[in-house]
Amino acid sequence: MSNEHIDEISGITTTGHEWDGIKELNNPLPRWWVITFYITVAWALAYTIAYPAWPMLSSATRGVLGFSSRNEVKNEMAAADAAKAKYVTAIQSKTVSEIAADDTLREFAVAAGGAAFKVNCVQCHGSGAQGSTGFPNLNDDDWLWGGKAEQIQQTITHGIRFAADADTRQSEMTAFADVLKPEQIAQVSAYVASLSGPVKDKSLIEPGAKVFADNCAACHGENAKGNRDLGAPNLTDAIWLHGSGEAAIAAQVRAPKNGVMPAWVGRLGETTVKELAVYVHSLGGGE
Amino acid sequence: MLDQSQVERLEAEAVNSAKTRQPLYAARKKIFPKRASGRFRQFKWLVMAITLGIYYLTPWLRWDRGAFAPDQAVLIDLANRRFYFFFIEIWPQEFYYVAGLLMMAGVGLFLITSTVGRAWCGYTCPQTVWVDLFLVVERAIEGDRNARMKLDAAPWSARKLFLRVSKHAIWLVIAVATGGAWIFYFADAPKLLGEVVTGTAAPIAYATIAVLTGTTYVFGGLMREQVCTYMCPWPRIQAAMLDENSLTVTYNDWRGEPRSRHAKKASAAGQLVGDCVDCNACVAVCPMGIDIRDGQQLECITCALCIDACDGIMDKLGRERGLISYATLADYNANMAMATCGGTGPVNPALVRTPSGSFADGLAHFHLGKIFRLRTYIYLGVWSAIGLVLVYSLLTRERLELNVLHDRNPQFVTLSDGSIRNGYTVKLLNMIPEPRTVEITLHGLDGGEMSIVGIDQPASRSYSIPVEPDRLKTLKVFVRQPLDQIRKPAQSFEFRIDDTASSETAEYTATFNAPENSR
Repeated sequence: MSNEHIDEISGITTTGHEWDGIKELNNPLPRWWVITFYITVAWALAYTIAYPAWPMLSSATRGVLGFSSRNEVKNEMAAADAAKAKYVTAIQSKTVSEIAADDTLREFAVAAGGAAFKVNCVQCHGSGAQGSTGFPNLNDDDWLWGGKAEQIQQTITHGIRFAADADTRQSEMTAFADVLKPEQIAQVSAYVASLSGPVKDKSLIEPGAKVFADNCAACHGENAKGNRDLGAPNLTDAIWLHGSGEAAIAAQVRAPKNGVMPAWVGRLGETTVKELAVYVHSLGGGE
Repeated sequence: MLDQSQVERLEAEAVNSAKTRQPLYAARKKIFPKRASGRFRQFKWLVMAITLGIYYLTPWLRWDRGAFAPDQAVLIDLANRRFYFFFIEIWPQEFYYVAGLLMMAGVGLFLITSTVGRAWCGYTCPQTVWVDLFLVVERAIEGDRNARMKLDAAPWSARKLFLRVSKHAIWLVIAVATGGAWIFYFADAPKLLGEVVTGTAAPIAYATIAVLTGTTYVFGGLMREQVCTYMCPWPRIQAAMLDENSLTVTYNDWRGEPRSRHAKKASAAGQLVGDCVDCNACVAVCPMGIDIRDGQQLECITCALCIDACDGIMDKLGRERGLISYATLADYNANMAMATCGGTGPVNPALVRTPSGSFADGLAHFHLGKIFRLRTYIYLGVWSAIGLVLVYSLLTRERLELNVLHDRNPQFVTLSDGSIRNGYTVKLLNMIPEPRTVEITLHGLDGGEMSIVGIDQPASRSYSIPVEPDRLKTLKVFVRQPLDQIRKPAQSFEFRIDDTASSETAEYTATFNAPENSR
């Protein structure tokens, strides 16, 4: 066996490898190519010294440049905060209605409030703020405690029926199970249901209206339009927090559920509460 | 005990035996291309002037687009995501125009390569053009081939140092100008030039200049043919696209061989004598440093300077030009077959000539018809088709657009009067650099009305919206339909925008959702 493999045509030695008569010429590499290759090797080694790389027993080498991705995140967060500072300062110094009226600030507040909402509010109000039975839908135009930006801000700041906050929105519907007779409850439920839709037994409406005037009008108003100072809902519209229909109304009359919302200012701070108020106000039902 | 002669000798040799040891790498062999003159050199000067002119001057051309858009004729405005090309403005979503141009460039490359071979490499490739420019400088300072070779071999002296420093200094100036010109495509050129000079430009501008200065200097001045031979994938790809009817720079051995430096003596001795006088002019001018007479090679960029060099010699000798010429492989093979009696003997140049000395009748000559064949027609057809589609789509494209995103969460909201409300994110695209006012209206959806966040107007079916020049405007639109008008859980309706001034219009079909039991 000879080690001299020489290609007849080019006169260049071959590697001796042959595939279907095709031989591989053994041309030397260009010198610059080889040098470049060694430079990349050196670069790679230097890189592993400069940056965290080599795995050790418990962690990895830290690199002489002191780079860490956590610091980078910290710096980027700081840069983002600095970039936001202008808007945050403006939000702190303005009222929520002023913020809602300013295109740039509203856009910023809606984005920030939306993010805060996704973390703190969706558990009860739903990811689209659409609510569910017992938890109000924040997209609609029916507000228990008022739908102006300032009123929403007040609600978020101090909560509803939240014992730990002295300024919380406070009211409580009486349980009428012991006050009214069962037939009176049926009558008043039929009357209330009739205000926004058809009922099965129309004969109950008239006595129900009398029961309502005697027992309910004080809070819900003579025309049952509700009273926002007391958080008493409007009973003539299509929106029912605790369910629509006579049965659901009767259940609420007998043993009312009085929902509780915590005060958020202590946990989120005033700026975020303002942003949340602007966000909720922007959902479509704001007044 | 064995006798020494009885020990069997095995056929074995160390793998790194000095006898077969190859060098791991080879140093670059210096090339000193001699100045060529002739038609192709003239043509190359022209191409060089045009391509360099386009590259350096384009950013400085102005194009008036009014007060709301930059007045630079060609501008890639990355910050605002706009691309301006004279009267054309491209938004990012219209990038398919660029994709179309790239396809045309690809098919155009097939077309050019299948007809005239590696013309891109030989004439228009930036590497070729800049190497040519750098060689002009080198010749101006150090002289032509012989002077340069002499200087290179000479020991260091004050003169050599001066010449070398001047050459590299001018190269660097060209490199900086090249890198500098690039950045002007990305910002307003006059303003950026001022900033670059005063040191107030963005760091990315300086970094770009530095990188491109480095690549221009190293590739154009130091590496030259190494870039083409070792770094560029193009030669490999292009070689695969050539066929027997593609033009390549060819040494016509059928009339050149046997080459002889002493033709008369050889002729008198009764030997066969070809046209090649073995003067090596073709080798001396070659910027790739190859000998075209060795046949078609990977390194050959078909710059045709060897044709010029050889034609000059042929003229002097009073022989026909074209010993080295653009020829197709088919013609070459036919003529070779003629000169070698079908490959049965050595090249006999007498066979391709008549007794009076002119070329024989049966000799294949190039004519234009040869490069127009089915393959090139297909390339030309595809290339033109893409071009026509691009032009058509460019001429008919919309400059006012409407996009609508339906709120998914919640899909609908019941309001206190029982009506149903849906939310939409409506995007108005004013794609011209003029402010305008568009009318947005609802079509369909009986009784439906919209209200727009941030616009303090009572709900209606129509709004007037001012849109900034060359901007996208996002609106949050709430559409509301009374309960008794709702026909089904999902109704189709249209948002429509009209620019009454220009009579442009755009429509978007959206869906209005309502609860299943709403009727």
